[in-house]
Amino acid sequence: MSAIPITWYLVLSAALFGLGVVAFVFKRNVITIFMSIELMLNAVNLAFVAFARAHNQLDGLVFVFFVIVVAAAEAAVGLAIIIMLAQNRETLNIERLNLLKF
Amino acid sequence: MEFIAQHPVLVVSLGKIIVLLFVLMTALAYLTWFERKVVAHIQSRWGPYYVGPHGLLQPLADGVKFLFKEDVTPPTADRFVYVLAPLLALSLAMTAIALIPFGPPDVRLLGQPVFVVSNVDIGLLFLFAITSIGVYGVALAGWSSNSKYALLGGLRSSAQMISYEVSLTLSVVGVLLLAGTLNFNGIIEGQRGYWWHVLPRWHVFPQLIGFCCYITSAFAETNRVPFDLPEAETELVAGFHTEYSSFKFAMFFMAEYANMITVSCLATILFFGGWLSPFPTEWTWQLYLPGAVLVAIGIYSAFDTVAQMRGIKRLQMSVVTLLALGLGSLCLVPLVAVKIQGPFWFLSKVFLFLFFYVWLRGTLPRFRYDQLMAFGWKLLLPVSLVNLAATAAWLAWSWVRHA
Amino acid sequence: MAGLELGEARMNIPLIVFFACALLAVAGAVTLILVREPIYSALALIVVMVAIAILYLLLGSEFIAAVQIIVYGGAIMVLFVFVIMLLNAGAEERTSYSKLATYVGLPLAFFLLLEIAHWLARARVPAAGGPPAEGVSSRALATQLFRQYLFPFEATSILILVAVLGALVLARKSE
Repeated sequence: MSAIPITWYLVLSAALFGLGVVAFVFKRNVITIFMSIELMLNAVNLAFVAFARAHNQLDGLVFVFFVIVVAAAEAAVGLAIIIMLAQNRETLNIERLNLLKF
Repeated sequence: MEFIAQHPVLVVSLGKIIVLLFVLMTALAYLTWFERKVVAHIQSRWGPYYVGPHGLLQPLADGVKFLFKEDVTPPTADRFVYVLAPLLALSLAMTAIALIPFGPPDVRLLGQPVFVVSNVDIGLLFLFAITSIGVYGVALAGWSSNSKYALLGGLRSSAQMISYEVSLTLSVVGVLLLAGTLNFNGIIEGQRGYWWHVLPRWHVFPQLIGFCCYITSAFAETNRVPFDLPEAETELVAGFHTEYSSFKFAMFFMAEYANMITVSCLATILFFGGWLSPFPTEWTWQLYLPGAVLVAIGIYSAFDTVAQMRGIKRLQMSVVTLLALGLGSLCLVPLVAVKIQGPFWFLSKVFLFLFFYVWLRGTLPRFRYDQLMAFGWKLLLPVSLVNLAATAAWLAWSWVRHA
Repeated sequence: MAGLELGEARMNIPLIVFFACALLAVAGAVTLILVREPIYSALALIVVMVAIAILYLLLGSEFIAAVQIIVYGGAIMVLFVFVIMLLNAGAEERTSYSKLATYVGLPLAFFLLLEIAHWLARARVPAAGGPPAEGVSSRALATQLFRQYLFPFEATSILILVAVLGALVLARKSE
């Protein structure tokens, strides 16, 4: 029986999450920032499934199911907002979308 | 030889994949011939006629044309995505066929089932996953061509595909409720037996509404008439593949026909009993049916060779005759006839579905785009949902009654 | 799965698949950061999602892998690609990054990652991580979903309805 330690999956999940955070901080296009949020959610899902396998329980998988569904709803609304933003402000660069900045 | 004995899974899988690819490419090519012939006869003309007897070598000529045509790439196109899109479309369309069982799993070679390349437990779900990624081929093709007709056609086509995917999936859930499993072989096994000794227990009879929803969504999903506005020549030049030429265009073409074949195979498995025969197993004469059909084709082409063909066409047609007669007599051998029953019925049913596809192409006018979207969201989706609710209610009532 | 007869080598194929998919996922994430066109970032993210779906298969949950591909890869990312095409989002302009983020943030992030890896290596997590013999059946998952988690399930469906209505209202042209 092969043995891939669960730790490796967790390290991969942490690495993907970290890369998602880096993308969130450093990119300037609103859509790319939104995509980095999806990347972070995927990393978390991977951790959930790895733990569900480690403890032989199904609850982790059910949680992943809900995360995927809620991410779909959030993407729909978020992208609608982004489209309105692009139509009103004519730009997708967050350095120019700073009306609420102090 | 010990390698074959030690790794039967690997060897048999490789063999199945090679045979399936070869058969699929030939089937795609001759599906184009079949479509042109049938549409032509519906329109009172003859279709391909000169290249080979009855135009049978036309796909070969088309293939050569596609290979040697000049490959024009628009200079402002996004190179990477422009090349990626047809590759994605074709490879996904062909991957979907790997999940389909062509015959019963008990026919084995070296211990491995011969008629299915990969028998996944959640086969149906994986098939839908592959079709939902297929949307990217169309959308990316339209965008990367950097032309307004292509972009509009691509967006319209992919919006149509994702809209009808919902009702496609929902119309199939009724069948899943009746079958209780997502595995294709399990769904087919659930359709064995007869009602009142004469009507086979196929899912099309209890799920007639589901079947109609499925077939309509399938037509829209594969962008075929009457839903082919995004790629009709009179509407948007040629839709998302306007700027594609020669081999890349051929790849889109092949992907569309492969999708047609996949959807027809799925309809056969889910609603028409897959590789099961419509006749009861006691009627043993049906063992000789595949051989009889092939021999009949051979006799017809023999008459054709002798009576109507001249010159080189006579030679080509005699090859067809010999092939048909040879295969037919092979299928009449009882050892082979027992094994070939499953694939024979499966392929016949798929052939009937493909004929239905081509028949509608020659007959129906096309939907306007807003009519198309309204039809999908306002009619098909509610009908699929009602079908699902009714099936679930009936099933629950029958469980309570038997509890 | 392939390699059933290759006795000793059976240990290696899941390992190879794991490393390939992990590499693919990390490469996709790095590509998402490094390229300047949003459409390439979207394609990189699709690659990441497919890699993660294969990792789910390795962990034995076929249903979740299929749901990941259908919902994330086939619906959410299609939405993203549509929006990028409709808005014609071009390449990002070159502006200088903030000095704080580059010289303080990146080293701090790197040390955070090292710390997480250190604590993970010392944790006592069960080591059995290979692909299980039979995998989680959809039936078991569905039973769990519809019995124990029925209320969150119904609440999520209302949430989706609200999201659809919200997106419709937002996307309508103002009169």
